Amino acid sequence: MSTEWPEEIYGLLREGGVDQFAYVPDAGHDHLIKRSIADPEVHSIALTTEEEGVGMLAGAHLGGGRGVLLMQSSGVGNCINLLSLTRAGRFPFLTLVSMRGDFGEGNPWQIPMGQSTQPVLEACDVTCLRIDSPSEVGSTISAALTMAFQNEMPIAVLLGQRLLGAKKF
Amino acid sequence: MTDPNTDPNKGTRAEGRTATGHLDRRVAVKTLLDMQGDVLIVAGLAGAKGDVVAAVGDDPRVFGFGGAMGAAASMGLGLALAQPNKRVIVVTGDGELLMNVGTLATIAVANPSNLGIICVDNEHYGETGFQRSHTGLGTDLAVMAQGGGIGAVRTVRETAELEDAGEMLRNSNGAAFVLLKVAVNEPPKMRTVWDASWHKNRFREALLGHP
Repeated sequence: MSTEWPEEIYGLLREGGVDQFAYVPDAGHDHLIKRSIADPEVHSIALTTEEEGVGMLAGAHLGGGRGVLLMQSSGVGNCINLLSLTRAGRFPFLTLVSMRGDFGEGNPWQIPMGQSTQPVLEACDVTCLRIDSPSEVGSTISAALTMAFQNEMPIAVLLGQRLLGAKKF
Repeated sequence: MTDPNTDPNKGTRAEGRTATGHLDRRVAVKTLLDMQGDVLIVAGLAGAKGDVVAAVGDDPRVFGFGGAMGAAASMGLGLALAQPNKRVIVVTGDGELLMNVGTLATIAVANPSNLGIICVDNEHYGETGFQRSHTGLGTDLAVMAQGGGIGAVRTVRETAELEDAGEMLRNSNGAAFVLLKVAVNEPPKMRTVWDASWHKNRFREALLGHP
């Protein structure tokens, strides 16, 4: 996988003031995870489950910080009830979701959550922006940062498997 | 079994319930919080929030939950990381902490020097139907905190142990965890505004000077 567009994402997040990176282990977010761990200016926090990231990002905002949650589409399902904190408190929320169960998926176990990721997020009042090509990265991440932190909106950027490449089985 | 004639919870939803702890939750939480000075507080839903509001009043530097059960500890982590020069105390209950017990590991690994957790353990789910929780049936959340890797852990069963635990919460250089083994009862409800957005803005106004 290219590291060029992930590096562009990292630069934009940092320019946008993001200083808390909450993540679960994931191949699609590998570069962002490594970059955040190596960056002494940010907190890079390994979670045991994605929903911890929902609480953590709200806490960051309460204290004047900005966070991003890096997760896979399968983790979206783990966040649902805690997104009521985001919505009830009108907290900014920014997540980057690496898609599985998407374009060219070869593992049928990934299909159910992958196919329901966007409808589930939208049902929870999270606005979804999708990236399928490296050329869309800059404008989409910039838009997401503005919408999340200026409007205090919940935003999910879905990184599609056209962009990431489907895992081979 | 409790004797219905001497049950202190007679006539309340906690009637007939017993726990291994006997501390008064309102007194124990207030004693610990009074020792902490100028802190930011995240109060988990239901009983824990009541204990905090009873202890410190309707203070802008308290963010209290009305739902989203399981998120108090992780919210405290994000807040502690964003405010390294302030001490952050999370007050939560055994039921809430059991829902996301992995957060203890996440906090231990991040190990912020300014984050303390108080778990008010009455061994019951007081907000719902006062059903027994795992902590009354053998599960020890202090051991789980220790096993998660938190270095500073205390279990408090007696009033005399509160001072040492409060000192640890105030002075610990890493994440700290206090398990309060309290009696099961139903203290009076503490009314607060339900609007979480209002609480968020008030908290940020007090801390940052803007909503």
